[in-house]
Amino acid sequence: MTSLAVLAYLVAAVCFIMALRGLSSPVTSRMGNLYGMVGMAIAVATTLILLPQVRNYWLIVPAIAIGGGIGYVVAQRIQMTALPQLVAAFHSLVGLAAVCVAAAAFLDPAAYNIGTPGAIHVGSLIEMALGAAIGAITFTGSLVAFAKLQGLVSGKPLVFPMQHPLNAALGIVIILLIVWMCAGQSGAAFLLLILVALALGFLLILPIGGADMPVVVSMLNSYSGWAAAGIGFTLQNNLLIVTGALVGSSGAILSYIMCKGMNRSIINVILGGFGGEAASTAAGPAGDRAVKQGSAEDAAFVMKNARSVIIVPGYGMAVAQAQHALREMSDLLKKEGVEVRYAIHPVAGRMPGHMNVLLAEANVPYDEVFELEEINRDFAQADVAFVIGANDVTNPAAKSDPASPIYGMPILDVENAKTVLFVKRSMASGYAGVENELFFRDNTLMLFGDAKKISEDVAKSLAA
Amino acid sequence: MATEDIAQGAQGLAEAARGLADQAQALAVQAQATAAATPAGEHGFFLTGLTVFVLACFVGYYVVWRVTPALHSPLMSVTNAISSVIVVGALIAAGPAVIGASSVLGALAVLLASVNIFGGFLVTRRMLAMYRKKS
Repeated sequence: MTSLAVLAYLVAAVCFIMALRGLSSPVTSRMGNLYGMVGMAIAVATTLILLPQVRNYWLIVPAIAIGGGIGYVVAQRIQMTALPQLVAAFHSLVGLAAVCVAAAAFLDPAAYNIGTPGAIHVGSLIEMALGAAIGAITFTGSLVAFAKLQGLVSGKPLVFPMQHPLNAALGIVIILLIVWMCAGQSGAAFLLLILVALALGFLLILPIGGADMPVVVSMLNSYSGWAAAGIGFTLQNNLLIVTGALVGSSGAILSYIMCKGMNRSIINVILGGFGGEAASTAAGPAGDRAVKQGSAEDAAFVMKNARSVIIVPGYGMAVAQAQHALREMSDLLKKEGVEVRYAIHPVAGRMPGHMNVLLAEANVPYDEVFELEEINRDFAQADVAFVIGANDVTNPAAKSDPASPIYGMPILDVENAKTVLFVKRSMASGYAGVENELFFRDNTLMLFGDAKKISEDVAKSLAA
Repeated sequence: MATEDIAQGAQGLAEAARGLADQAQALAVQAQATAAATPAGEHGFFLTGLTVFVLACFVGYYVVWRVTPALHSPLMSVTNAISSVIVVGALIAAGPAVIGASSVLGALAVLLASVNIFGGFLVTRRMLAMYRKKS
């Protein structure tokens, strides 16, 4: 590699760091994204022009054109509610690309300067084996996550006996295969390694339930970074190593934030099965206790006469595509002189920050949207908390009942507001399968129905 | 009086800086010599790569913690796009003039990574364009 190429890769790496740095505020974020694009353009141009071994342009250019075209169309057409599954699908592509590159390096090591077929340096073999294994796990794991998010398979955790011992055994088999591959330069071992890693990725994500997907998607994001870093070691390319490390740590931090938002350990999430068995016991005590039920007109009346309303949107709002109707409702309230703010729980939605994007899409200004720590104290001064499509993240049992499965989870203190309005489809319990005693309180009014329909009805009453 | 003091101080600083520069140069020469002494083999790169890797993890850690939670979705899609930098490896695999199994795999990887690069950056741009302040 020429010095010029190495320097150009360094510039690209700095661009990528600036891209992430830009995301510290919405104001600088667009510039950041531009840095990312420039960095990628530099990386690709450098490889195409400055690397003497890259000459086969008539194979490469069509591949970039076809791939780029598909990416462009998908990015233009995708609905923002479908963002989590899009990201999962994109992760799977990075994983598969990593597997392909590792396999190509194994078949033609001379192109990467790491030996000759049958005599590849042991260090390079270990690196490419790790890159391929992590890539393969990312590929199938992301496919399962995609299928669950898209609703192609049930979001319920799929648990079967001997699951964890089986996964552990597969992990050990992977290590043994790497040893075999390094000892014998064996192509068969490499192929088997990829197959076992593919199976492991599949089995790892299968038992994890739908609402744990924010963690899963972040984790796969992290894996795709580590896979890129592994390939970077094989290729002796610092740009890939830097980028892989950036992406890997980013995904790891997001997974950590998501786990903290649910008060669960990452191990607990990975082992899966949460929310499966508890759900059956939930229906019990609901029947014999009375709730106060209200209409859209009642809600409109209460909110019109309030000074301050805090809206708490949850995944149910996203499913019902109610964000636009909700924003219209809050516009009318603002016209009445009511202060309207939004409170977002860290794990609202199916990926980190998903709810913020949906609200932004509905033209809600980002300075009206607050994180849990920023707004939680303000519920005490709020006249109305309008909870729409959220449940577990408002459940006071997380603070008071040590026996509850969600005990210790940080929640939005909506119960401190003077009146709590709950928009819900039915009395069914949330994902964690826990009864929410807020429903039965005197200052709670239940609004049963579709989130979008109710928001529209409230808006209609406000306008009348 | 005071200006003289400042002038003296400045001179002192300049000398110190010169000394530092000399030291840095000496270090650079030393590093070059060490680099030349190490055979350009696998171990030589592994340690360099590991250094870069660990430092980059720290950079990533501090940069990502400063990302505002409201932008966590764009963070995911942009990291997804930049992790497609793996396309560099794919291009090298697809590069040789003689087509073999490895260049076919390389071309496939180029295609997959390109979907991600274009899709990832564009969807991030679409998202970020929606974030508006109160008018």
